[in-house]
Amino acid sequence: MCQSCGKGHKDLHVDLKQIKLKEKIDAYRGEAGSLIPVLQEAQDIYGYLPEETMKMVAKEMKIPVAEVFGVATFYSQFRFTPTGRNVIRVCMGTACHVRGGLKVLKALERELDIKAGETTGDGKFTLETVACIGACGLAPVISINNKVFGNLTSEMVPGILEKFE
Amino acid sequence: MQTLAYPCCEKCNHTASTPCRDYIKCRVEGPLCHDDPDCKQKRQDFLAKMYDPEGLTKQILICTGTGCVSSGSQRLIELVREELVKRNLDETVRVRSTGCHGFCEQGPIVIIEPDKTFYTKVKPSDITEIIETDIVGGNKVDRLLYRDPVSGESAVTYETVNFYAKQNRIILNNCGQINPERISQYMAKKGYQALEKVLQTMKPEEVIEEVKKAGLRGRGGAGFPTWLKWNLCRKAQGDKKYVICNADEGDPGAFMDRSVLEGDPHAVIEGMLIGAYAIGADEGYVYCRAEYPLAIERLKIAISQAEKNGLLGKNILNSGFNFHLKIKAGAGAFVCGEETALIASIEGKRGMPKVRPPYPAEKGLWGKPTNINNVETWANVPHILRNGADWYCQFGTPKSKGTKIFALTGKVNNTGLVEVPMGISLREIIFDIGGGIKGNHTFKAVQIGGPSGGCIPEELLDLPVDFDSLSEVGAMIGSGGLVILDDTTCMVDIARFFLTFTQKESCGKCTPCREGTKRMLEILTRITKGEGKPEDLENLETLAGVIKKTSLCGLGQTSPNPVLATLRYFREEYEIHIREKRCPAHACTALLQYHIDNEKCKRCGVCAKNCPVGCIFGDKNNPYEIDSQNCIQCHTCIDKCKFKAITVS
Ligand SMILES: Cc1cc2nc3c(=O)[nH]c(=O)nc-3n(C[C@H](O)[C@H](O)[C@H](O)COP(=O)(O)O)c2cc1C
Ligand code: FES
Repeated sequence: MCQSCGKGHKDLHVDLKQIKLKEKIDAYRGEAGSLIPVLQEAQDIYGYLPEETMKMVAKEMKIPVAEVFGVATFYSQFRFTPTGRNVIRVCMGTACHVRGGLKVLKALERELDIKAGETTGDGKFTLETVACIGACGLAPVISINNKVFGNLTSEMVPGILEKFE
Repeated sequence: MQTLAYPCCEKCNHTASTPCRDYIKCRVEGPLCHDDPDCKQKRQDFLAKMYDPEGLTKQILICTGTGCVSSGSQRLIELVREELVKRNLDETVRVRSTGCHGFCEQGPIVIIEPDKTFYTKVKPSDITEIIETDIVGGNKVDRLLYRDPVSGESAVTYETVNFYAKQNRIILNNCGQINPERISQYMAKKGYQALEKVLQTMKPEEVIEEVKKAGLRGRGGAGFPTWLKWNLCRKAQGDKKYVICNADEGDPGAFMDRSVLEGDPHAVIEGMLIGAYAIGADEGYVYCRAEYPLAIERLKIAISQAEKNGLLGKNILNSGFNFHLKIKAGAGAFVCGEETALIASIEGKRGMPKVRPPYPAEKGLWGKPTNINNVETWANVPHILRNGADWYCQFGTPKSKGTKIFALTGKVNNTGLVEVPMGISLREIIFDIGGGIKGNHTFKAVQIGGPSGGCIPEELLDLPVDFDSLSEVGAMIGSGGLVILDDTTCMVDIARFFLTFTQKESCGKCTPCREGTKRMLEILTRITKGEGKPEDLENLETLAGVIKKTSLCGLGQTSPNPVLATLRYFREEYEIHIREKRCPAHACTALLQYHIDNEKCKRCGVCAKNCPVGCIFGDKNNPYEIDSQNCIQCHTCIDKCKFKAITVS
């Protein structure tokens, strides 16, 4: 069964993603320094960087696998495990820290019963921390699927989570 | 005429690739190529339709910066449009989405022009009233006006809001006024006229000379003279050169670069064009952090519009000057803000810094001479070239010219972006513009310069803010983040916070930074847990000295600054943590114990009901008690208790 959509066409679905990625790689061919953008495209397509995909990128771009792994693990944007349907990012920046960002994180951890960096058992939420979202005037801030929620208190957490499927 | 670039009549036959001498000006103030009152009228009408310089029609400006969007401004735009159509006003009243006004905490912000009426915290349910009372009725909606936190008086226009009245908005002037997704609105505000002047009338050396006379210094942190960098790169051997815009904005707590890119992207592009011409570069990159999707989007739109209007690409304005601009999205690494690491990252490698020299000006991207400047630095350039160095020099101090944008955040009443002339005092920024400290608390310190900066105590608040005075007291302007701390902030915790950050972001290439910050962090963590030893403070200072001297790049070299500055001004707080095992600010949770005072407790049970971990027990007949084993020190019970019966010790 296909892991992404639950239908019985695993191979086809994965292939489609691979074809899409290959098209992207072709678009960058000949352009120097395109490994990071290619990995970003791959993560957009798969939601994370599966090991097979990184190997494929290495082969297609004629870059040693070790270098692809090295670059991917250096940058915090890249993930190596699938995420939940909704990705929550909690700001751990200075402005958010002094206005109680940690309390919001703790409330989220409590509510979802996972730690930062983990995904809930039902695959609904992934909880991550980031350095700064750039909405510091509204501290403390979190973003869910890139939508920003500001001026938070721990009590507001359950209400916000309810809105997501 | 469909856009500004269209000719007004047959006499006007020049295009961006065969421009007349004052091509851009001719489009906006003209025509200047021929004298025809009808054509002039045509251009003015077009401008008035798009952007109304005379203020003849009412306009509703709605902020679509990240802050206001998160507070719901997109929905407001839809509602306003619907409401105007319903009342048949959509032809006469214009709705404009703008960049950030800087006053994010009061968002969503809605401004009515030409009256300059300033509505704050506008909700969807307020729209009908705004249209009815203000747009139709000509009166103000009093309850939506901004009320000064100190005097309690309401301000009708944004010019009378203290937050704005004391600022000097040059770089931020367009943000919140123009639609950043329309190049013509930037042009209507004299945009690209500096480029035109430079390309048609100035030699590259003259451009550098003008920037030198203006005394522009880098806004990315170090305050390095911009002209000197440009000149080095111009003189470097090689026929291929690059310019880069550093939009990595890594300092957690600073967001001015984001707002400039989101609110006025063409200013950055114009600055880069001028710099590239002065240096002799024909290719450029904007390296923007991936956490800023809206900034990247707006920049993409701006680049494609500039290309369509012949302002990017080949033979720009028929001057023979070529310039191509690309965007690179960062991938989440603070160290990539450092210029050599940034270059490595554009090259597709791990973003690790290199030993300098050679400096990027000699050997940068792909080994070619490269000039890197910060977003705000680039955005200053068009103003200097358009208005001249003399005009620019009226702002600032003898050694730090111009204005600086600060991100004012933390425990202050008015959080947001403020642009002030260099040399203003911190006290003016925090108390006059910022409106003082939030709630019933007192000022303790201001953290300036992020992870490389320091904390400045009350007694130094009258210090002028410029590049040189701050470094004398162990701080730096850095990127311009100002985080205000009050009596509930623990200085040891703040030092630990920054070290946690630098330790996590250390790229691991050099030992002092990789291992040294780890050891310092261990000591600080110990102190915040009440396990500090008397010799810890001395050890911290020794470690700090070694890391500062021996680290490879700025990240390591400046990482001990937050610790050193807090030790310098708040040593006693460290000592209390070590000696008495308590945290005077009640912030270090490991040192806190919550108690219920049975005298004051009315046994209402609110605390127990609200405790998220259910560690408060009791009922009408038995006194309430907190199980300190399971208590997570979340402070909820204290916030909820109406009788102030719960205390921390
Ligand atoms: C660890 C580290 C992080 C930095 N981060 C940034 C940044 O986010 N943005 C920036 O403009 N400069 C940053 N810088 C400074 C750059 O190295 C460089 O000095 C600056 O981009 C030069 O531009 P300017 O002369 O216009 O200031 C950082 C430096 C270091 C050492
Ligand atoms: S510090 Fe949290 S958004 Fe900047």
